[in-house]
Amino acid sequence: MSWLRWFRRKRSDAEVQQEMESFLREETADNVARGMAPEEARRQARVKLGNAQQVRESLWSHNSPLPLTKSARDVKYALRALIRTPGFSMIALVVMALCIGAATSLFTIVRSVLLRPLPFRDPGQLVVLHEHFRGSWANATEFNYNPVAPADFYDWRAKTHGFEDMAIMRYAGYNLSGERSELPEAVSAVACSWNFFQVLGVQPALGRTFAESEDKPGSTVVLLTWSVFQRRFAGDGTIVGRQIHLNGRPFTVVGVLPSWFTYPDAEVQLWIPYKTDAKPDFLQHHDWHQSHVVARLRPDVSLASALAQVSAVQYQLHLQYPHDPVAEDVVSRSLNEDLAGDVRKPLNVMLAAVGCMLLIGCLNVANLLVARGAARQKEVAIRSALGAQRGTLIREQMTESLLICAAGGVGGILLSGFATQLLAQKWKDLPTAQGIHMDGAVIGFACLLMFAAALIAGLLPALSTTGKSMMKALQTSARTGSTNLARTAMRKWLLTAEIGITVVLLVAAGLLLKSFLRLRSADVGCVTGHTLTLSYSLPEKKYDTPEKVNAFNETLLGRVRSMPGVRAAALGNTLPGAGYWGDDVFTVKEHPPLKSGQDLPDALTRWADPGYFSALGIPLIHGRPFTNDERGTRSHKVIVSQQLVRQYFAGEDPIGKHLHVPAHAPAGSPDDVDYEIVGVVGDTLYQVGKATKAAMYFPILEGDQRGEMLAVRTASDPLQFSVPVQKQIAALDPEMPVSDVRTLDDVIGESLVNASLSASLVLAFAILSLLLASVGLYGVLSYLTTQRTTELGIRMALGARRDQLLQLMLVDGLRPALFGLGLGLVVSVAATRIFQSMLFGTKPLDPLVLGGVIATLLAVAVLACLAPAWRASRLDPMQALRTE
Amino acid sequence: MNRDGQPQSEMLKGTLDMMILRTLVGGDAHGHTIAKVIERSSEDVLEVEQGSLYPALHRLEERGWVSSYWGASENNRKAKFYRLTAAGRKQLSRERSRWRQMTRAIGLVMGEEGGAQ
Repeated sequence: MSWLRWFRRKRSDAEVQQEMESFLREETADNVARGMAPEEARRQARVKLGNAQQVRESLWSHNSPLPLTKSARDVKYALRALIRTPGFSMIALVVMALCIGAATSLFTIVRSVLLRPLPFRDPGQLVVLHEHFRGSWANATEFNYNPVAPADFYDWRAKTHGFEDMAIMRYAGYNLSGERSELPEAVSAVACSWNFFQVLGVQPALGRTFAESEDKPGSTVVLLTWSVFQRRFAGDGTIVGRQIHLNGRPFTVVGVLPSWFTYPDAEVQLWIPYKTDAKPDFLQHHDWHQSHVVARLRPDVSLASALAQVSAVQYQLHLQYPHDPVAEDVVSRSLNEDLAGDVRKPLNVMLAAVGCMLLIGCLNVANLLVARGAARQKEVAIRSALGAQRGTLIREQMTESLLICAAGGVGGILLSGFATQLLAQKWKDLPTAQGIHMDGAVIGFACLLMFAAALIAGLLPALSTTGKSMMKALQTSARTGSTNLARTAMRKWLLTAEIGITVVLLVAAGLLLKSFLRLRSADVGCVTGHTLTLSYSLPEKKYDTPEKVNAFNETLLGRVRSMPGVRAAALGNTLPGAGYWGDDVFTVKEHPPLKSGQDLPDALTRWADPGYFSALGIPLIHGRPFTNDERGTRSHKVIVSQQLVRQYFAGEDPIGKHLHVPAHAPAGSPDDVDYEIVGVVGDTLYQVGKATKAAMYFPILEGDQRGEMLAVRTASDPLQFSVPVQKQIAALDPEMPVSDVRTLDDVIGESLVNASLSASLVLAFAILSLLLASVGLYGVLSYLTTQRTTELGIRMALGARRDQLLQLMLVDGLRPALFGLGLGLVVSVAATRIFQSMLFGTKPLDPLVLGGVIATLLAVAVLACLAPAWRASRLDPMQALRTE
Repeated sequence: MNRDGQPQSEMLKGTLDMMILRTLVGGDAHGHTIAKVIERSSEDVLEVEQGSLYPALHRLEERGWVSSYWGASENNRKAKFYRLTAAGRKQLSRERSRWRQMTRAIGLVMGEEGGAQ
């Protein structure tokens, strides 16, 4: 109420003026009625009214509560001071806007990805369960969160009661046929157990979810996600109950999921019951790790005890199947953590980097304010001599930094609105389930940052420029040649801290950059240039025998190879650098049986056509490639990679030996699983940045692999061949959708995008920090030079040489730089260990990076110091002595 | 203002508010009327200084004891009228009883003649 007066005081002033006018008129009229002359009447009325100005003033001050008046005055004062030095104000403002903007963006992403719970019922009760191997191999390669085998899941669900319920899901892909003349489309889908949506607590937007009876092999129901419902079916609600065709089979749409539901990611278009396309033996395997389990805790059971129950069941299974890779334990993590996966670490590193930059920004603004404070020390001293309280003076200076930070904060929030969108688009690894956007908490966070920054940037200089010692400023004159050493020391300390943090950032950026360069130049192990790749998947209904599959694949290969400009073509289930895809355990038939407790040999499983290795330039080390005759149900031949030979055939000739691969059993004869090694080929990386893993190749002409990846090596620009090659496929089967038409370089480069992003972001932060630090260094030394002008003049008059002065000033400026450098290096050693796992082929104490950082920092520091030091050495001694 | 017995015209502290409220019991009035009524009814002993009248009115309005509106005066001029609110009425009776106590007490101190008044 009383505060509101403040805003009404103008109006209230106008009113009282009008009121007094009306009084004058009334009184004049009265006086006239008493018989006075009009002139005299008005004069008498004025006399009676007295001092109108005084009335207005007393009302005005009554309407202006003290704290408000004071802060308004502070703001006005600070604004004037800032406007008087537009250069300083703009620099400080831009620095703060950049720092706060970057910090806000990163926080938005961290909050969306790691902190904000998914929009499910009671999300705190939901966990994702993983299998966990105790073997050293699993823990060394960060496989401690292993996907779940379906048979394990069914045992967990049947035999334990710690969880209210648990549901299972796995990724799948389908060819979605056009219902009315649209093109067929390969869509990604998720197969989930019938209770999946109940466990999450998700209601469909239209229709219903699955019934228990529908979760069976050969089921024909499907749920649409909102995106495919809008995109492909134009949001037509009558689609519920109608049929669509997946892989040529009719499925009935039973419901549509709500628009906000983008779990586990936004790519998923369809949901089908878990068992729909599962072969009966698939559901009985305890070693086919490819599913994900979401479980809801019972409110009265702790996570530890629920997990212990499931783990006990799992350990029984492990003992039951000693020769299969069945995990010993079960572990859990939250849905957010599960989705974030590998992003967590880079995200935290980036948040730390941005925090460092923010701190440097604050220190820099603080430094600039100290310099300003120095210029105003006489003014401050006189005011305090006249009775200004220290609190008032501090508040005034704080207002200045608050204004800078507030303006910077508003700019930063606007900036981060754009930056966040950009970052979310570029950062391919980020989970998309939660949706990344700013909300109240983020804005609140930005405001908090703003005030913290204002406090840091304002309080240090305010405390240093006010206080007892300040009275000395009045006594100090330029003649005495003394400078305020305390304030200079303060600036040097600020600078040391700034440079130290910059060094940490530079080291981090250098390491990430080097790691990225290493990644980019990593040898995948095959030819990657001038190669077009694409994927297609043969529907099981149409291509129901190995002969039909082979016929299609071989005809296509033949046609593509005979196209003009095509040098070679390779067909496999996947290509080097395109991902993990799958692995299987095996034993060597000729080797003695494994001891119990020994890790089972394990290798990536690949399928390849006879021309695969020569077409991709993968060297054949021993033996021979597959032949065209090794086809049909089972050829029982295998080709292995050098890494497999190194790991499991040390000192032996592998050719002619047999691998026993239980998972590769043909239908009907589960024991007929021995494969003769016919060749050894060079290693390829399944993903750039990951360690080389042993691989075994089976002939694709076995004919039961339906998802294929084709690589076409061309003489000229590979993308020119994308349409002609697709035309060849369409000529063989017009209903066959083709997906992921890209060059092999692009496929491999995809895994580099994130490394490049984090390296370039941290580098940008580091460069900005370096810039800030050098500006700070330059500022401090320039300030020192002006402070010491008289002293330098005296030195010169006494015979100091110019190069001696130059040296004196340089050493003075470089001392904090060297201190900061040492401090920063020490901190870096500790800090970089934290993100060691993000580095590829680069040690945390990489001498090249450390040397580079030291050299860069010293060079920049010398440059920043040189100009003021040079100026100092060029002083005209006579003028310097006269300077007041 | 410049009378010889200047203490007479000076008002006791805090009494102006009470007198304004009392004046408004008779009906809504604008500043000029309020001043005139106070002077008249005190037989011209009290002189209302405009310098304190308007801030006082403002204060009373802020406390919610009077409300105001712009209207036409008797001479058909634009003027700001004040009206006593319910809260103002209560305040008036509070101040009145306090005033009575005060004058009685002062009368007692000053001797019987004062007390008898």
